[in-house]
Amino acid sequence: MEHFQVRLRGPLALAVLIFAAAAFPDRCAAKKLNVVTSTTDMAALAEEVGGDKINVEALARGYQDPHFVEAKPSFLLKLKNADLLISVGLQLEIGWLPPLITQSGNPRIQVSAPGYLDASQFAEILDIPSGQITRAMGDVHPLGNPHYWLDPDNGRRIARGIAQKLGEMDTADSQYFQQRFQDFDKRLTAAEKTWDAQMAPYRGRKLVTYHTSWSNFAKHFGLRIMGFIEPRPGIPPTPAHTLEIIQLMKREDIKVVVVEPYFDLKTPNSIGSATGAKVIVLLPSVGGEKEVTDYFKLFDYDINLLIQAFRATQ
Amino acid sequence: MKGRECAGTYLGIRPVALSMLQFRCNAQIGTGLRPRPGSPAMNTPHGPVARSHLLSKSRVQRSVMKKLSLLLCVLLGSVLPGWTQQPGSGSVPAPTACCDAIEQHMKAMEDRIILLEGQVRLLKQQLAQAQSAPSSLPPSQAQATGAAPTGETTATAAAAGVSGGQAVVTGEAGAQLPNYGGGGAAAAKALNPDISAIGDFIGAAGHYPTPPGSLIRQAGFKSLNMYESEVGIQAIIDPYARGDFFIDFGESGVDLEEGYITFTALPGGFVARVGKMLEAFGKVNTMHNHVLPWVDRPLVSENLTGGDDGLDDTGVSIQRILPAPKGIFLEAIGQVFRGDTGEQTFFLANGATTQQTVFTATNKSDVSTTEHLRAYRDITESTNLDLGLSYARGHNELGSGFLTQLYGMDATLRWKPLRRSIYHSFIGRTEAIWSQRQQPRVLPFPLSTISAPGEQRSFGMYASGDYQFARRWFLGGRYDYSQRARDDRQLDRGAAATLTYWPSEFSQIRGEYRFTRYAEGINANELLMQVQFSLGAHGAHPF
Repeated sequence: MEHFQVRLRGPLALAVLIFAAAAFPDRCAAKKLNVVTSTTDMAALAEEVGGDKINVEALARGYQDPHFVEAKPSFLLKLKNADLLISVGLQLEIGWLPPLITQSGNPRIQVSAPGYLDASQFAEILDIPSGQITRAMGDVHPLGNPHYWLDPDNGRRIARGIAQKLGEMDTADSQYFQQRFQDFDKRLTAAEKTWDAQMAPYRGRKLVTYHTSWSNFAKHFGLRIMGFIEPRPGIPPTPAHTLEIIQLMKREDIKVVVVEPYFDLKTPNSIGSATGAKVIVLLPSVGGEKEVTDYFKLFDYDINLLIQAFRATQ
Repeated sequence: MKGRECAGTYLGIRPVALSMLQFRCNAQIGTGLRPRPGSPAMNTPHGPVARSHLLSKSRVQRSVMKKLSLLLCVLLGSVLPGWTQQPGSGSVPAPTACCDAIEQHMKAMEDRIILLEGQVRLLKQQLAQAQSAPSSLPPSQAQATGAAPTGETTATAAAAGVSGGQAVVTGEAGAQLPNYGGGGAAAAKALNPDISAIGDFIGAAGHYPTPPGSLIRQAGFKSLNMYESEVGIQAIIDPYARGDFFIDFGESGVDLEEGYITFTALPGGFVARVGKMLEAFGKVNTMHNHVLPWVDRPLVSENLTGGDDGLDDTGVSIQRILPAPKGIFLEAIGQVFRGDTGEQTFFLANGATTQQTVFTATNKSDVSTTEHLRAYRDITESTNLDLGLSYARGHNELGSGFLTQLYGMDATLRWKPLRRSIYHSFIGRTEAIWSQRQQPRVLPFPLSTISAPGEQRSFGMYASGDYQFARRWFLGGRYDYSQRARDDRQLDRGAAATLTYWPSEFSQIRGEYRFTRYAEGINANELLMQVQFSLGAHGAHPF
């Protein structure tokens, strides 16, 4: 006890400790830009255009609910050295990212600094609520649906925005980033053609989804989302609402139920068995499953599952 | 204006035809964009602020106008093919041109519209901020740069000075904008800080007699209490700082729980706070009532660290992440306070009550200090361990000659499987606190009923576990053990069990049964019921 008391006596000891720590630079002068993204999708897109000129790391995992990520101190270690922070925006990360930014001690990535990029500015945003918003609507996003990366066209737009931003931060490599973007654009256009062709027979098909994650995806592929298992966004299913959904599915002949990997399958499965619909777990994010390692594989995976489900319920 | 001409000729459109539209676009959109790298204006002999100021006015407007004009040009092009010609791509696709070209063209248009929509969204925010900010204040607020539209930003992103300069530009350009119908009200709102209110209702049943010498636990829950209403007012102040106020309204009084500015952009990775704040002593002391996993606070908080309001004082705090082996998060916090905190009401033997504190500053030099060292590590992606050491030192209410020193250790183990993170989790916590309090050898009568003579060395701890067994349900337990700070011969012990239900993220209903065996030999059985509800945007609390 006495020993402890002597060592930590007064603020002086601590000040010495802190300044000593400050004197030793803990950040090596790497030439590569350190990019940290809130979700894996932004990381995948940044990686496409950044190539080996940047280090990318995502905070949340792909199989995690991006609304409810714990603001772990280990994230601060990543943010502390970041040159650029890319967020999804539209208040998706409102519950966990702001305190991390404040505590990071990194002036470059503060919300008003050049190293903070809100990717929603590049994308087409759907479901922007009009009129008065109240919490009686559930966990509604007043700025629009934040799951916008699930439209490959938005993916392209975001990638273009990121390439531009990277070029501004690292002017020497701006050509490189542009080139990478052109290449990504080409590959994405080709992939899109395939996806569109694969999904073409199923345009206009009706779905029920768990959460409102799929607006942009459905718009791109011409699917119709008729209802949600959540009675309101963020509110867990209730028996009354589940019954309504079952009736709706029977009435509208809806045969596919889409669930995000972080939701419980109990209610969807009971809906499935009551209606004969197929319940599939689609991934909203890169990294949702081990094999889904990039933006292309995300769509490959989801489309493949959807088509199987549509075929099985023809 | 040069910008307008330029855009007009660039597009090959009659300036007259577009001037009206352009004026509108100019007025609405011509703010907040940054100059292009390498533009001649960059080299003008002005200071950085003035320079970027000059720049954005023409450049910014021009660049946005270019975009809008291009869009208009394309639109007009489809109606009046003879009037326009395509920049870059040559000629407008004739109706007979192949579908691919048209499709591509449409896609490009769509992309541009979406990009412009995004910029409009951000500019609306900026406009709002600029309009309601007095021009003398540094106007760049919260989302100002999320704003930086990529098309036209500068290359030198890193320098903070540059961003400051641009911020000024944004504000001034914004201030000159006409106020379009209805925009004003929304604009004024956008600059408002996040305001929230959290209500905390507590009902209590069961009772125990309060003998002379004991403190009234939890200031005594009555049968039904609107125990606390916490109002939070939070905003980003400028590019360098944010501000937070938490004001507690009791049923009859108001208390500033916290109110501080946080400097987020200091060099060297430092984060500093100035104002009134909860002291960084251990874990429970830093928690607001509404984030506690229990209705009450552990006995050790009651007995050693000032009870319900805890150690909460006015001063300066500085913290920094320290270098540590990979994967370990190490953070040090050093704080200096006035030295007045931890007020509690005690019963005296003659039936009177007395206000006692943990720290009291009799002189200006009686400042108190608190230091905290925190180490955190992810064990797996779903499990992590958080350890802390704390020390606080100040003078007690007996005078400048009497010191109180507090030593603390805390450990938190968290488990949350990421795939099912909204359904299951476990948090185990424990905290141990040693108090070393100097008291005179002879105490006057009423005071001597709650204090023992000489230095008192008291120890207290709690250990608790909380398990989330369904999306909305939590079950918890806590063990309490604590000597009393003023008389280390007196030992209180207790245990509590809680059950919590969350109708949504914004409300919470909790029941707690607690048993306490007080040093006087009194057993207390109490049942506490709590309803909490949250309005507005309450910023997330630290992990």
